[in-house]
Amino acid sequence: MNPNDQAPQATSAASLLKTLGLVSALCGIIIVGAYQGTYESAAANRRLALERTIFRIVPAAKTMSEWQATAQGIRPAGGEAGGKVGAGAIKFYAAYAADGSLAGIAVEGAATGYADVVRILYGYSPDCQCINGIGVVAMKETPGIGDKIITDKAFLANFVALDVKLDRELAKLANEVKVVKHGSKTDAWQIDAISGATVTSRAVGKAINDSAQALLPKLLPNIEQLRNKKS
Amino acid sequence: MKDLSQAKNFDEFLEGIWRQNPVFVMVLGMCPALAVTVSAVNALAMGFATTFVLVCSCLLVSLMRKLVPKEVRIATYIVIIATFVTVVDYIIQAVSLELYEALGAFIQLIVVNCIILGRAEAHASKHPPLTAITNALGMGIGFTIGLFALGGVREILGAGKFFGVSLFGANFQPWVVMVLPPGGFFVLGAWLLLFAVIRRRKEVRLSTSGGGHVA
Amino acid sequence: MRTSVEIRSAPHIKRPRSVEQIMRNVVLSLLPVCTFFVYQYGISAAALILVVTGACLLSERLFVRLGGQAGDLSDYSATITGVLLGLTLPPGFPLWMGLVAGFAAIALGKALFGGIGFNVFNPALVGRAFVQAAFPAAIATYTPSFLPGRFMEFIPSSLAWPLMAPADNTAWLKGMPLDAWTGATPLAKWKFEGTLTAVGDLLTSLSGHLAVGPSPALILLCGAYLALRRFMDWRIPTAVLGSAGLTAWLIYAIGGAKYPDPFFTLFSGGLILGAVYMATDMATSPVTPRGMWLYGILIGVLTVMIRYYGGLPEGVMYAILIANATTPLIEQITQPTPFGKGASLRAGRAASYTLHPDYISREEAAAKTSKKRFFKNKPKKP
Repeated sequence: MNPNDQAPQATSAASLLKTLGLVSALCGIIIVGAYQGTYESAAANRRLALERTIFRIVPAAKTMSEWQATAQGIRPAGGEAGGKVGAGAIKFYAAYAADGSLAGIAVEGAATGYADVVRILYGYSPDCQCINGIGVVAMKETPGIGDKIITDKAFLANFVALDVKLDRELAKLANEVKVVKHGSKTDAWQIDAISGATVTSRAVGKAINDSAQALLPKLLPNIEQLRNKKS
Repeated sequence: MKDLSQAKNFDEFLEGIWRQNPVFVMVLGMCPALAVTVSAVNALAMGFATTFVLVCSCLLVSLMRKLVPKEVRIATYIVIIATFVTVVDYIIQAVSLELYEALGAFIQLIVVNCIILGRAEAHASKHPPLTAITNALGMGIGFTIGLFALGGVREILGAGKFFGVSLFGANFQPWVVMVLPPGGFFVLGAWLLLFAVIRRRKEVRLSTSGGGHVA
Repeated sequence: MRTSVEIRSAPHIKRPRSVEQIMRNVVLSLLPVCTFFVYQYGISAAALILVVTGACLLSERLFVRLGGQAGDLSDYSATITGVLLGLTLPPGFPLWMGLVAGFAAIALGKALFGGIGFNVFNPALVGRAFVQAAFPAAIATYTPSFLPGRFMEFIPSSLAWPLMAPADNTAWLKGMPLDAWTGATPLAKWKFEGTLTAVGDLLTSLSGHLAVGPSPALILLCGAYLALRRFMDWRIPTAVLGSAGLTAWLIYAIGGAKYPDPFFTLFSGGLILGAVYMATDMATSPVTPRGMWLYGILIGVLTVMIRYYGGLPEGVMYAILIANATTPLIEQITQPTPFGKGASLRAGRAASYTLHPDYISREEAAAKTSKKRFFKNKPKKP
């Protein structure tokens, strides 16, 4: 019963190795089994969560597909949503209305907030060349202060039509998206920060600016490709 | 004989729930106990996940207790625990992604929860499977109760809700501090104080009544 | 009946000065300040001070009973905690939150460490820090002073139901004959809007409808009374205000218009109240003269740093709490050399108190229970 009862002689290396090998093999089987068993529903869950966020920020959308933008142009991403992206490629989602017309584009952006990285998803409308909705994918901001970015009505009003027009060469944004102090917004490309949650507000602005600067010059010249695609 | 063993088993089961409660008596596993208990649901999920890992690994450790030489026992236990933590990680992803996001890194961190390695080393490796499982289940439920006691209070004060159901109406003023890390310490401290008072009272009562017998 | 034998350490002062006497005088000196606060904000302020003080006294009684701790209500220490806490809260603070603050002050700030004389942090500030973390919105909501009818009706937010969010004062204030009221303290106005309030107005708190606490000039006057009667050491407020002013002046001289002038920093917010009444708390500040200077300077510099570079507009509370935490360390490194012992005989650490009779040694508070303070000053063998 008691392991101390065993003779105190040294255990041979072979038996040690054999035990460890046996345990590892057994554990390996259990892990692989669990992975196989749960893979489908986990992937479905992930896709569902993504779709829910996208459909919330692009309310007209009924279906969506994942695309990648590279220096050469844009192409549909193969495989599952939320999968890996090739180097230099930027991932975005095209959302289509029930009749198959392009309802909007959803793009992910991230920047460091007060506590950790704030990951957001924003809706881009090619018709007005503006951002018309944001949703938060993940954040750890202070409850009651930083998390106002999903509840504060005045702040969300910034994203009814946030101007992200490109300049004439279509190489970068005509006006950088800027976060300004609460109550001093004057232009359509400025974001009025939440008073008391400036750091988080700035993170949202930076996430949008960085991601729009990188993506839109590649996306906009090829926008017809998205419109033509009937899903 | 059978009654005796049943009583003994029940005792093993109760050990983790009351006498050796991991949260309130041994004060073990404080990292998840303080970090994820912002709501009752999170606390229960964390408790169940830990219980699952605890019971499965104790069963396996107990089954293999004669096979494993003591030179490599810690390595073996850790591999076994890590396996079941990975399994729980996958299961939670499949059940609810929201829960997975809420619990965050603390699911993976179950692997270093000292309750589990402690049970494997101190109990499961020395007892037959049935006893080991009973004890592990008791410990797991005790841990879950502890987390739930923290999570319930923090959700009620910090959000005015219990299991997501609003208790005080829309006008409730949340105590922001309760969902922040300091709130975890305050609530844990308050519970520990309560249990210390209960224990003190009991000891006083025992010592006075005992003295009476002698006299 | 048992009589308590009090064993006190030297010096055996014959003058009738006890903890109770000091505390009573502090309460007396706070009365004009409270009156001024009530004059500014009317019955809401009066109710707040009463509720907070009541909560402190009740909690003190509860914990003295439960824990068998030293001290009782007649020593006035819980009263001081309550009154000071009430003065630091905004006048429209919901009364039920005041109850929470009072309870947290005594429970977390005092009872937890073992009662009077054993607390490491200023209880009033612990209570305020707790409600600052719990109710960040309510504690930042100020109402203008000298409103008409302030003695007849409460500020709406004061009367919130327990556990419920306070009513919004905006609509109520609209009915008041005020022009352009923004609902921010002078410090918040400077921090978030970049507008400065005139120093003279800050000093008296009398002009206009400023959202400020009692007049700094009055507090300084009351503090001067305490200092002159030696119920409080003049070194700590002097060090706090001097270092804060100097730091602010230095930053102002180098940084220029971005920063407010030093006098604004001195007279705005709770710096004067903190320096005179909170930093000087006997149980939480050093007893050695050099330690007092060091402690005061730490508070002053930290306050300015938190105000200028931190996220919150006010920094006095955290500065004092941090300095409280360093008090044992400061006391250790500023031990005076006893008479007759040169630098070579530094080992004589046992004589750890100044011999000046005006400083009450801290062990007096603990005399009844004969508990040891946490530093055991064991003399090392030479």
